[in-house]
Amino acid sequence: MRRAEIVTAVILGILSIYLMWKSGEAPSWNPDIARFDNIWMIEGEGPGSGFWPFWLSAIMLICSIWIGVNWYRRTSPPSQSEEEFLDGYGRRMLFVVGGGLLGFLILIELAGFYGAILAFMIYYVRFLGRHSWWATLSIAIGLVVTSFFFFDIAMRIVLPKGFSEPLFIPLYDIFL
Amino acid sequence: MDILASLFNGILIALEPINLGLAIIGVIVGLFVGAMPGLGSVNGVAILLPFTFVIQGFTGGATSPMIFLASIYYGAMYGGAISSITLGIPGASTAVATTFDGRPLALAGKAHVALVAAALASFAGGTVSNVMFTAFAPLLATVALSFGDPEVFALMLLAFATFVGLGGDDIPKTIFSICIGLVLATVGFDVVSGEPRLIFFDITGFSHGIRFLVLAIGVYGIGEMLWTINTSRYGSSMSNVDVSARAVIDAIKQFRHAWRGTVIGSLLGFFVGILPAAGATPGSLMAYGVAKLTSRNPSEYGKGSIDGVAAPEAANNSASTGAMLPMMTLGIPGSPTTAVLLAGMVIWGLQPGPLLFTNQPDFVWPLIGSFYISNVIAVLINLAFIPVFLWMLRMPFTILAPLIFVLSLVGTYAAYQDMFDVWLMVFVGVGAFFLRLLDYPVAPAVLAIVLGPIAEPKLRQSLLFSDGDLMIFFNRPIAGPITVIAIVLILLPLFKLIRDKLRQTA
Amino acid sequence: MQNKPEEETMKSIKRLVFGAVGMVLAATSVSGIAVAGGHGWEPTKPIDFIIMAGKGGGADKMARLMQAIVEKENLASKPLVPTNKSGGSGAEALIAARDANDPDHTIMVTLNSFYTTPLRQPGLKIDSLSFAPVARMAEDTFLLWVHKDSGLKTFADFLAKAKADGNKWVMGGTGKNSEDNIITDFLNDNYGLSMKYIPYKGGGAVAKQVAGKQLNSSVNNPSEALGFYESGDMVPLVAFTKSRLPMFPNVPTLSEVFAGGKQISWSYFMQRSVVGAPGMSEKAQAYYTDLFAKVYSSADWQNYKSKKSLMGDLMSGDELKAYWADQIANHTKILKASGAIK
Repeated sequence: MRRAEIVTAVILGILSIYLMWKSGEAPSWNPDIARFDNIWMIEGEGPGSGFWPFWLSAIMLICSIWIGVNWYRRTSPPSQSEEEFLDGYGRRMLFVVGGGLLGFLILIELAGFYGAILAFMIYYVRFLGRHSWWATLSIAIGLVVTSFFFFDIAMRIVLPKGFSEPLFIPLYDIFL
Repeated sequence: MDILASLFNGILIALEPINLGLAIIGVIVGLFVGAMPGLGSVNGVAILLPFTFVIQGFTGGATSPMIFLASIYYGAMYGGAISSITLGIPGASTAVATTFDGRPLALAGKAHVALVAAALASFAGGTVSNVMFTAFAPLLATVALSFGDPEVFALMLLAFATFVGLGGDDIPKTIFSICIGLVLATVGFDVVSGEPRLIFFDITGFSHGIRFLVLAIGVYGIGEMLWTINTSRYGSSMSNVDVSARAVIDAIKQFRHAWRGTVIGSLLGFFVGILPAAGATPGSLMAYGVAKLTSRNPSEYGKGSIDGVAAPEAANNSASTGAMLPMMTLGIPGSPTTAVLLAGMVIWGLQPGPLLFTNQPDFVWPLIGSFYISNVIAVLINLAFIPVFLWMLRMPFTILAPLIFVLSLVGTYAAYQDMFDVWLMVFVGVGAFFLRLLDYPVAPAVLAIVLGPIAEPKLRQSLLFSDGDLMIFFNRPIAGPITVIAIVLILLPLFKLIRDKLRQTA
Repeated sequence: MQNKPEEETMKSIKRLVFGAVGMVLAATSVSGIAVAGGHGWEPTKPIDFIIMAGKGGGADKMARLMQAIVEKENLASKPLVPTNKSGGSGAEALIAARDANDPDHTIMVTLNSFYTTPLRQPGLKIDSLSFAPVARMAEDTFLLWVHKDSGLKTFADFLAKAKADGNKWVMGGTGKNSEDNIITDFLNDNYGLSMKYIPYKGGGAVAKQVAGKQLNSSVNNPSEALGFYESGDMVPLVAFTKSRLPMFPNVPTLSEVFAGGKQISWSYFMQRSVVGAPGMSEKAQAYYTDLFAKVYSSADWQNYKSKKSLMGDLMSGDELKAYWADQIANHTKILKASGAIK
């Protein structure tokens, strides 16, 4: 936990610097405006477009340093903790669940929401949850059917279908 | 007397079978739409807007379609609390504050208490604001009109101030959380300069800004879920709730402990709600903050205080009625939902504006009457459905967890129809999980992304007015006092800190 | 409106029932709503209807009205599904339409940002003329508004007062470098004024600020200021149109007034057009052109047009494309003059 605390503080510090740098960016169409021209109070106009994000990011940077100081002085609970940041269980959990979510996202892009929901539910309920195939399939298919009627038909929110689109054309003809 | 007679007439019209039927259907639709993470009243209202044209063809006037949409709005305000409490994911921005205490109550096996408190507080909030709306609508419209940019900014400052105590014990982490929320709120298009800002790596998805729900569902849906799985380990069910009707009745009795939050929420919510540009979300957040600030034992908040559920729920219902006021009398929407309602009124051939009350009494009074009716219908239906919602919590965790993941992803897509948002939401969620492990408070960031997009343009518009002179926030009759109170409240924890330090050394 | 086809009402009621209660029950019911055909091409799935603005604005209201008319008159066999994409003054919408993977099912409601955004953000690499012209549904008009308590009665009064106040005279508008800003710049440049311009998010908010005397003047569309006009709070002084608006017969156009020592013939409009995604097939384009021609001639649309003081007749096909080319040239000139682009 102690190492994670300082690593995170450093990452957040770098993020703050990046945000400060990015806030000062000039509009793309006008190369005459120099970087960081927009982070000050502009005479007669008040704050420029970069004022708010730049100075808030600066405060973030200060906070990251402050967190680092607390880490050095061991005043915050995580910096005293000798516990592992993520133990074996936590790492495995992140791998299977986080990995599952990533797979879910990629599948949505390919097979659309409904295919992806089906696959993800089977993966989670059957393989992680070890429920029976009967329970798994009834939940997964029930969820897909319910979502289709709720979103695509009732709410008229057309979820992406990916390559499974042709399967839905006849359904649209029937229900819409 | 005149008002009472008109109101009575209006209620009678709202009770006509067709209007009553529409109100009941509307409330049920709203309840379910609102209970879906990601979908809120705005989706329900927008999607059923074309349908109201058909209703209008049926009944002729604009009254029935508006009653229908208004009851969806009402239903959704009730429904938002349901996913906040049972799943821990705010269904809409208005229900964020409800998660703060609703979720701990659910985890402690008291979901029924939280749900009942939310329903009854919503009812109280709705009723209070209905009465005020009825009595003072034209008067309040002038108050709303006198709120310029500096006033709204001062109000946002006050909203922040009431929330300073929200974070954890770690001061730099809390400040970091607030700031990152405020910075992320500036991503996208800057109204004042007309330029895109902080478009990371030139990805188009950032051009519409980082949406509130992306952050909220990421933090509360994905992040919180991962955290729960990590800490509770497999197998344990989320909570053992009592689903019997007796439990609900018992919970109703417990509601008397929540009167303080309810009163604060109802009044504050209404006044924040009537201000254009503010809307129900700041209203509910402020109500929570004030309830905590004035509480005798503020340490209970965030750990499962009934007041902490009642205050924001009373406020968001109260504010949503309040938000109808500028919409109807000034033609300005205070929230996305009222924007769609406004579009509806225009489509049905009405002209919102100061003359609406005098020119269209046949529309206005039945609508106000229907507010009262819908509110009663909504609380009854909500209470009736509570066992159903509770039953969801009894699902084995290995089924509930993937369901929440699926709802988070689908809900995010449904809210904005943008795959980029779905990806971003998952990344935010995983990031929030890591930060959560290290005791970074995440609620302030979520709050900041709601208030930031209102506060920053108002600050800059005000300073444009005054040629950059900050005195504009102090020398105006309404903005001045609000600003001063806000600054005092913000500095209060600092004073406390110094005092404690002095005592320690002494 | 009373004698609706029964079939259509049934469809609507059914949809409501689907939505509210029987999502699963719906699987068993079969609805076969035949739509009178006759086109070579019919949509096979819901049509993506992109709105180039946020919820509640003028463009959004109109888009939702169009959708409602299509639904009410049962004009299309598949529903129009509106999505608001307001990011980057319309850049987000333009990109979404350009990159649509099914251009035949993607249409978009546009405003003037359809030309100005590609001009101002060349990095987007968007060619406005690559979009398929479907229909110009209307042109929105602009008027100069002040509060009645200002005592200003004519445009000449306004010029005198604004000139005297210098940069203490505050004009509000929707967004920086927007239509409102273009008009403000025009007035400043041509009449020697130095009005301050404060950008807001929506036209309704601007009108409210004028009515609440937070701002001195605005150039709202009639639809945004109508409520305050009817109540007498806001007064129009001049119209930026080619001829007087039927709704405001006593308000002169800019071209006809002699003020500030000159008479300038100038008009400015906001187009409200429906466009198809680039790469849309000709058959689909013909289908949508026909669809929106029906919307345009519907009683509801005509009624809305006259009530909100909209101008502009239906325009489609090559005529619309030529109109765009003309507008792009015009805006390039305006934006260059004001220094908003190089």
